[in-house]
Amino acid sequence: MKKIGLYLLLLPGLLFLTLFMVIPIAMTILSTFFQEGSFTVEGYLHFLTDPYFLKILWTTLQVSLVTTIACILLGFPAAYYISKLGPRKKGVLLALAIFPLLTSSVVRSFSWMIILGKKGLLNSSLLSIGLIEKPLEILYTPTAMMIGLIHLFLPLIIITLVGVMENIDPDLLKAAESLGASRFTAFRQVIVPLSVPGLIIGSILVFVGSLTAYTTPALLGGKQRVISTFLYQNAITLNDWQMASVIATIMIVITFIVIGLMNKLATKLNPKG
Amino acid sequence: MREKNRGLALFTFFIFLFLLGPLLIISVTSFEPGTVLKFPPQGFSLRWYENIFEVEMFLKTFQTSMIVSLAGNLLALLLGIPAAYALSRFQFKGKSFLNAVFISPVLIPGIVMGFAMLKYVIITYQLPIYAGLLVGHTVLMLPFIIRVIASSLSNFDFAIEEASLSLGAGRLETFWKVVLPNIRSGIIAAVLIAFLESFNNVDISVFMTGPGVSTLPIQMLTYVENNFDPTIAALSVVLMIITVILMFIIERLMGLSYFTKR
Repeated sequence: MKKIGLYLLLLPGLLFLTLFMVIPIAMTILSTFFQEGSFTVEGYLHFLTDPYFLKILWTTLQVSLVTTIACILLGFPAAYYISKLGPRKKGVLLALAIFPLLTSSVVRSFSWMIILGKKGLLNSSLLSIGLIEKPLEILYTPTAMMIGLIHLFLPLIIITLVGVMENIDPDLLKAAESLGASRFTAFRQVIVPLSVPGLIIGSILVFVGSLTAYTTPALLGGKQRVISTFLYQNAITLNDWQMASVIATIMIVITFIVIGLMNKLATKLNPKG
Repeated sequence: MREKNRGLALFTFFIFLFLLGPLLIISVTSFEPGTVLKFPPQGFSLRWYENIFEVEMFLKTFQTSMIVSLAGNLLALLLGIPAAYALSRFQFKGKSFLNAVFISPVLIPGIVMGFAMLKYVIITYQLPIYAGLLVGHTVLMLPFIIRVIASSLSNFDFAIEEASLSLGAGRLETFWKVVLPNIRSGIIAAVLIAFLESFNNVDISVFMTGPGVSTLPIQMLTYVENNFDPTIAALSVVLMIITVILMFIIERLMGLSYFTKR
């Protein structure tokens, strides 16, 4: 086929993306370095020297890190269990994990407002069995955000890991056991290393997802700001577009650093090299 | 060994309780007859389901969401099918780079994309709000459309296409009569997945909505900020039912395995 035909197939999509994604993103990043026509890094200096901004960044990173670790700890065993099931049961459990993933984040965060609220389900049950005397203040704290985010991203890591674990040859486990490894050792030395690529992809998805999530922190975080709600606040409520652009750029940079680092780690840890 | 498996089964059960419990709770509370969300509900009533239809903004924004998702989907198909076809059919220089470009909208944080689009698509390009929303959702859907269709093209035997061409059918005719029908289920699945992505989107829409134009999730967010009655719970149930139906169709068309691949 002639080259020209190939380009004609790709061109409309590329033009569209360039016009409506590449240029807007590139211009947003560029705009942070220019103020009244001259080059400046003032926006970044402002951000990096203000304790309030740094606290928001710190909270965001903390929340994302805890969410990622919790998702790994909770998701890994569950994924292992699911990957070992027969096709029927596996299909059902995967469908049950995919369903929340396809459900609106507004719905999912709202469900946690019902549970974690001051008069919510959690408090009223704990009060009624006498475990606590005063309602716990969980909603509108970083803890609430973490719970919401774990709920949001746990299915993602589970289905990613199941996808990877399914492809691990079960004979490898048998071989390890026949060579004298205990079930646990075999799991640790065969399943875990072979799952690492999937684990890293899953962790990237969860970490970057938590870092940039908007709905869940907006609903469950209350006045607690994370970087994405801070971006929204600067852009819409405060109308400080220069600052919002700086935050947007910082978010892009962090995202790409995380993806880059994790990919590097993946190639390093991948037993296949 | 059995013991350990049982432990693992119990653990997995609790994980699924954690994942689905909140959705079950929100469903049950939607039948609360009172004006405050309670669990368990103090009776059974469908008044909040009726209320969905009485809050005019819900109907209006549902309509907007539908139009934007469907029209954006159509646009994404028009742009995405040729690109997916070119990317899976031909070997050429820069292919992996172009692949990355077409997938890139999922790598940019949604909230950043929304803000950049507000700045350039709405303000600089002066697109009307409705058109801006449509464009934003098309960019959002494009990677999903391309990925799913490319994956069903990778299962398509291009020898059949060659056969059709050698029998004298033109390229376009072959594509229309041979390739397209063969990947039909992939295309429908792509449309449904992209639809759900767009219909549920908050990050981009939150910047692209303006006076008189809003999408359902944004309207729900606004409503939750001001009211805490069970209307949102009822609306959530309706949305979940739609999700289940679409999931069922996706499963029928291509299996749910799409979701386990990264």
